[in-house]
Order: sequence, then structure tokens, then C-alpha cells
Amino acid sequence: MEKIALNFVDWIIIAIYFGFIIGIGFYLRKFTKSESDFFLAGRKNSAWVAGLAFLSANMGALELMGMAGDTFKYGMYVAHFYWIGAVPAMLFLAIYMMPFYYSAKIKSVPGYLKLRFDEKTRVLNAISFAIMTLLVAGINLYAMALIFHTFLAWDWNVSMWVSAITVAIYVTMSGLLSAIFTEIVQFFLIWFGLLLVVVLGLIDVGGFHQVFAHIPQSFQSLWATSGNASQNGMMVTWGGIVLGLGFVLSFGYWTTDFLVVQRAFSAKDLRSARMTPIIASFFKMALPFIVVMAGLIALVLAKESGTGFHLIHDANGAINYDSALPQLLKRYYPNGLLGLGVTALLAGFMAGQAGNISAFNTVWTYDIYQSVIKPDATDAHLLWVGRVATLVGIVISVITAYWAMHMPTIMDYMQAIFSWVNAPLFATMLLGMFITWITPTGAFWGLLIGMVSSFGMYIGVKFEWIAKGSITFSHVASDMAANFWRAWWAWLICFLATIIISLFTQKRPKEELVGLVKGLTKEKTAGEYPFYKEPGFYAIISFIVFLALNIYFW
Amino acid sequence: MENEEKGMRPIWYFVGIILCLMGFVITLSGIYYVIYPNQSHTVLHNIHPDLWWGIIMMISGVIFWWKTKDVTIK
Repeated sequence: MEKIALNFVDWIIIAIYFGFIIGIGFYLRKFTKSESDFFLAGRKNSAWVAGLAFLSANMGALELMGMAGDTFKYGMYVAHFYWIGAVPAMLFLAIYMMPFYYSAKIKSVPGYLKLRFDEKTRVLNAISFAIMTLLVAGINLYAMALIFHTFLAWDWNVSMWVSAITVAIYVTMSGLLSAIFTEIVQFFLIWFGLLLVVVLGLIDVGGFHQVFAHIPQSFQSLWATSGNASQNGMMVTWGGIVLGLGFVLSFGYWTTDFLVVQRAFSAKDLRSARMTPIIASFFKMALPFIVVMAGLIALVLAKESGTGFHLIHDANGAINYDSALPQLLKRYYPNGLLGLGVTALLAGFMAGQAGNISAFNTVWTYDIYQSVIKPDATDAHLLWVGRVATLVGIVISVITAYWAMHMPTIMDYMQAIFSWVNAPLFATMLLGMFITWITPTGAFWGLLIGMVSSFGMYIGVKFEWIAKGSITFSHVASDMAANFWRAWWAWLICFLATIIISLFTQKRPKEELVGLVKGLTKEKTAGEYPFYKEPGFYAIISFIVFLALNIYFW
Repeated sequence: MENEEKGMRPIWYFVGIILCLMGFVITLSGIYYVIYPNQSHTVLHNIHPDLWWGIIMMISGVIFWWKTKDVTIK
């Protein structure tokens, strides 16, 4: 395969990026004096800073390239990940959950579990989150090296070590503060680096109408073909999309995954924290205009003879769908712009790595180290532990990356890991925040049963002990459809187990739950701000836009 | 130096600088391809996307930088 050739102008752009983010790390170090600065960015960010970081923590390059490739495979259905798979959950977090999270002054999501339930539930979630986060960080590192090796012929070891050491430098110096700064830089680089591909692609193929005129009917709609799994490319019914993706996976990720929620905790006040996911929701809804549109443009170009465009094939002959976006960059971007496009992808990988590591060091320090190992640790000691945890986390993620390099099948497991951890956790959080009689014992065992059952279903389907159709209600189902349905079942099992066990175990006194559970907490009085400054007002606008997009592309 | 003692520069200031720097390099590269059009072999190179995109990045960067050059966060 012909590699993408960079020249010295592209390398200047890449060097500017590296120099800049390391420089930001050094600059911010002198403002990182306390553990609150390091782990929560001093809790002084505006809603816009926290909001863009909230979105960017999720906007990794692997996701952008993967989703463009999935659009090539599945069509418009991929937009579900950005719309129903994100927006309702973000708005729910802003309106209903953030008041409990923020007002409790917790430092992490497991910290809420400690206050609402007990120490063992907190530690169970903290350990599973820490393992998940480091595995994801390591796999992302491997994926980054794989992509740059495939498209740019970069050396594996150099790619992994240079990016890992760079992230280690700036996160160790100023923790979440530098992670958030670089995430926002990444946000702008991704928009400037990748939006132009779509603009040029649309000019090339003749506009939106030409794109939709040249793709199969089943690739054009969001819902019209969801009644029958065999009629859409993703082989999933609307039930799987709504229950699995739209409800469990989406709410599980956006409302409980500390990687993203941590950005909202860094906001300067409750209103800013509530505005954080709302601001992010508008940009999340806009992302398909880069990602999905790029995939559709690649599909049109690949189908038309004479364009010279094609996706690359791996060594085993299989189509590499992730090549859709890099192949478009190669087609349209001259040197200079090519450097910007590569830097956007690089920034996406590194900011994702920094996000995972900064979430890990917080959970390790507060929810495992301070909770189990040294409860009387001073602030200065915790700051030191956070810096050491950053370095150790980076080393573990590099080891994981090498492990993945020698055992690539681990990638298959990683795609499902969110449904093992986040799907049951969402049931625990939902019950904990909205029902007073849910007990600590019920929460702990419900969460554990939910996680084990999700993992068991995954293994069962993978090794064909369980028929895929028995969990997806359809004789045809993609792996993605199975993932959606497995998340739903894991959530339901955790939900029911928690309720049943709670009925027979000791409840906590209501006075201990004030501020943690709806109904026992004094609601914010209306009229604190004029209506146009209320988070609820912007949540309604966001929801209207969400509905309009779904109806337009129905 | 006085500003650094007072407080931290906002992130938008740094966004402005990086957009300016990258936009400047891309614009120069675009000018090169206007002068030597045969050196570029990409599709749609005739509309010089690097030139106008580089200028857009620079203008955006200047706006961010200008609006925040006197701002510090305590």
C-alpha cells in the first residue's frame, strides 16, 4: 500500500503541537499547588471550558476514524451514537444528576457511592474503573501506533513511547488542569483539521444531494428501516437502539463514567457544572457532519468508477474500514494541511490518553489509596501520590499496549468492556439517586451480579454457549447489536437484583441521605437566574434540535 | 511577567496562539503551491484549500488571542 508521505512542512506542524502541549504543562505547573488543583483543576473552570473538555475527553481519534469507517459499513445508523446515543443522557446528567454530584462536593463518581451506600461499593467500582481505564488507555496507545504504522509507516516503538512520555510529562506536572487545556486544543485541532475534508469532499462529489443520491436506500435513514434487523446495515432493531444504545450504554457512559463526568466536577459552580454537558450536547450533535459525512463521501467515491478512491486492505485481504478518513486526507490535503490532519488525529489520541490517565490517578488516589491504604494522608502527600500514580498508570498502559501488540484479539474484548462496567453501574446510580430504600448491601451485590452477568453473556456468546439470537430477539444480528442488547440485560439484571436484595437488607436512615437522594434534598428554587440563563432552557433547545435531526433523517 | 504573577492565562489565549502559528505555516505552504502549482497532486488542488483554510485559521487565532491577551484568571 502506498503510504501517506509527509514533508518538512507537515513535521513543522506536528512539532508545533508537541512543543506547545509540553510548554502548557510547564506553564500550568506553577498554578498546580494543591491536590484540588491537580485532581479537579481547582474547581474554577467556566461552563464553556468544562463543556468542551467534557466532549473532547470522548472525542478520540480512534472513535472518529472508527465511526467514519462504520458509516462506510452501516450508513446513517452510525449517527445514532451521536444523537440518541448521547444527547438524552447528557441532558439527564445536567438536569437530574449533576445537582447531587456537584452539591455533594465529591471528587469522583466512586466517592458518591461511598456517601450514598458504603465503602465496599465504592472500592468495587473504583477497582473496576481503574482496571478498565488503564486497559482502554493501553489499547488506545496500541491502536494509535497501529494506525500511524499502517498509514504513515511510523515505527511502533517510537509512536508509543513519544506519545506516552509526552502525556506523562504534562499530566504529571499539572494533572487535570493540563489534561483539560490539551483537550480544548485538541477540540479545535479536530474541527480545523477534519472539517475541511468534508467541505472538499462535498465539492468533489457535487453536494449533499449527490451524496444521498449515490448511497443505498438502507444507508440513508435513521429509523425507517429499524423495524426489521435484516433491512439495515447494522442489523439491529429499534428496540436494541433505544434500550441498549440510547438508554443503557449511553446513560451508563455519559452519566457515570468518571472520565467525562470529572470535567463537569471541575466547573466553578453548580450552574456551570449543569451547563457543561448541555454545551457539549450541541457539539456532539454536530460531529456527524464530520464523521458520518466523511464516511458517506468515502462510500460514494469508492462506488464511483474513475475516482481512483478505495479503502486499503489489510495483510489478510480484509477491507480496513478505518482507512476511510486517512484515505480522504490523502486525497484532498496537500502537504501542510496533511500535517494538520495528522496532528488532529495525534491530538485526539494523546488527549484521550491524558483523559484516561487523569481519571485513573484521581480514582486511585482518593478511592483506593486514601480509602483503603492511608486514610490519614495529608493534601501534600495525596498530590505526590497523584503524580506517582500518573507515571505508574502510563507505564501500565504502555505494557498493555505491548501486550495488545502480541495478542491483537484483545481488541475484540475491549469493545465490550463498557457494557461490563458502566451498564450495571448506571442501574446502581439511578436507584441510589432516586429511591431512598435502596440499601448498601443491595447496591454492592446488585452491581457485582450485573458486572459478572454482562461478562458472562459476552463470553457465552463469543464461545457460542449462548445463541446470539436469544439475547437480541433476532436471527440476524451484528456484534454491535449484540453489544447493545447485552448492555440492556446487564442493566436489567443489576436493577432487579439491587431492588430484590434491598427489600431484605438493612436500610440507611433517611437523615444520612439528605443531599444524596431526590426527595430528601431541598430543590433549587426557581427564578435564581433569568430564564435565558437557566440550564433547563438550553436543555430544552438542545432536545428540540435532537428531535429535529431525528425527524429530518428519519 | 506581571500577568503571570497575577494569575493564569485562559485556555482561549493558548488556542489563539496555536491556531495562529499553524495557520501561518499552512498559509505559507499554500502560497508556495500557488506559485508552483505543479508541485501539488491532490484532488481539488486548483482551489488552493491550504491557502484559504490557513488564512481562516490565522484570523480565528488572532480573534482568540486579541480577546484574551489582557485576561488572567486568579
